[in-house]
Amino acid sequence: MDNIDKDLLGIIQKDFPVCSRPFQEIGEKLGITEDETVARLSKLKEQGIIRRLGAIMDSRKLGYKSTLCAMEVPPDTLSQVAEVVNGYIGVTHNYLRNHDYNLWFTLITPSQGHLEKTLRDIEKRTGQKVYNLPAIRLFKIKVNFHVPGVKGGEG
Amino acid sequence: MFSDLDKAIIKEIQGDLPLVAQPYREIALRLGISEQTLLEKIKEFQEQGYIRRFGAALRHREMGLKANPMIIWQVPEARIEEVGNKLASFARVTHCYHRPMLPKLPYNVFSMIHAETKEECSKLAKEMAEIINIDNYDLLYSEKELKKTSMKYFMEG
Repeated sequence: MDNIDKDLLGIIQKDFPVCSRPFQEIGEKLGITEDETVARLSKLKEQGIIRRLGAIMDSRKLGYKSTLCAMEVPPDTLSQVAEVVNGYIGVTHNYLRNHDYNLWFTLITPSQGHLEKTLRDIEKRTGQKVYNLPAIRLFKIKVNFHVPGVKGGEG
Repeated sequence: MFSDLDKAIIKEIQGDLPLVAQPYREIALRLGISEQTLLEKIKEFQEQGYIRRFGAALRHREMGLKANPMIIWQVPEARIEEVGNKLASFARVTHCYHRPMLPKLPYNVFSMIHAETKEECSKLAKEMAEIINIDNYDLLYSEKELKKTSMKYFMEG
C-alpha cells in the first residue's frame, strides 16, 4: 500500500460518489486516471483489504432488530458452537474474546420475535446459555476506520 | 413501506459494486431500470437514512489494525448519558452503546476501538478513562475473528 492507496481508502470509506462515473471522480481527487483508480481498487480487493464496496444499510430504519450476544463456551466445544452460531444468516460478526464469556456475536433479524426464537434455537442446539445484550441506547456507530498512516482520515 | 423495486434495489446495492467504469449502469441494467433512476433512488435512500453509509467495508486486520478491543465501562446510572456522549466524541471510538450488565461482566457502556497494537489501546483507554472520570473498566480483545460478513436484507422472500 502506497500513499495513494491510503488516500483512496480514506475517500471510498466515506464519500463514495453516487454518479455515473464514480471512479473518474475519485481519480480526479487523487490526480490519477479512472483506469488506474479501478486497477488500484481491484488490487486492494484481491489483497483482502477491501471486503466489499456498496451500501451499508441502517438495520433499525429497515425495521430489523439487532443485538449483541455473549456465550460462555467450554474450550473443547468452541469450534462446534461457533459453527452452529455462524450458520445463521443474521449472525454477521462473531469473535473469540479474552474473557469467561468468550464467544461474542452480533445478530440481526427481521423482527423481535424472530430474534428471540433464534436465541432459543442456538441455546437448544448448543446446550449453552446465550446472554442477550441489546442496546439500551446507541451513542455512536461509525464504521469507517482510521487508516494507519493517514492523518485526518477519520470522520 | 418498501415497494418491490425498492427491495430489489436494496438487494443489489447491499452486494458488491462492480469495478467497471459505470458500475451503477450495470446494476440498473440487471434491474431493468435506467441508471438515472437508480442514482436518484440511492440518493433518496441516503437522505432518508436507510443507507447509513455508501462506500467500502474494509478488513481492518489486513490494514494493520490488529488490536480490536471492546472497552467496557462500569458507569453509574446517572452518568450514562454524559459518559456515552463523551466516549462517542473520540474519533477512535467506532461504536458506543449502553447495554445491560451480565453477572460476570458488571459493565454497562460498551465502546469499540481499533488500533495497531495492544499498547496503543491501553494508552487510549487510560486517556479515555481520565477524561470521562471512570476507573472501572476492562478491555476485551478479539483473539480470533470467527465470522465477519455484511447483513443481507430482504432475502426472506
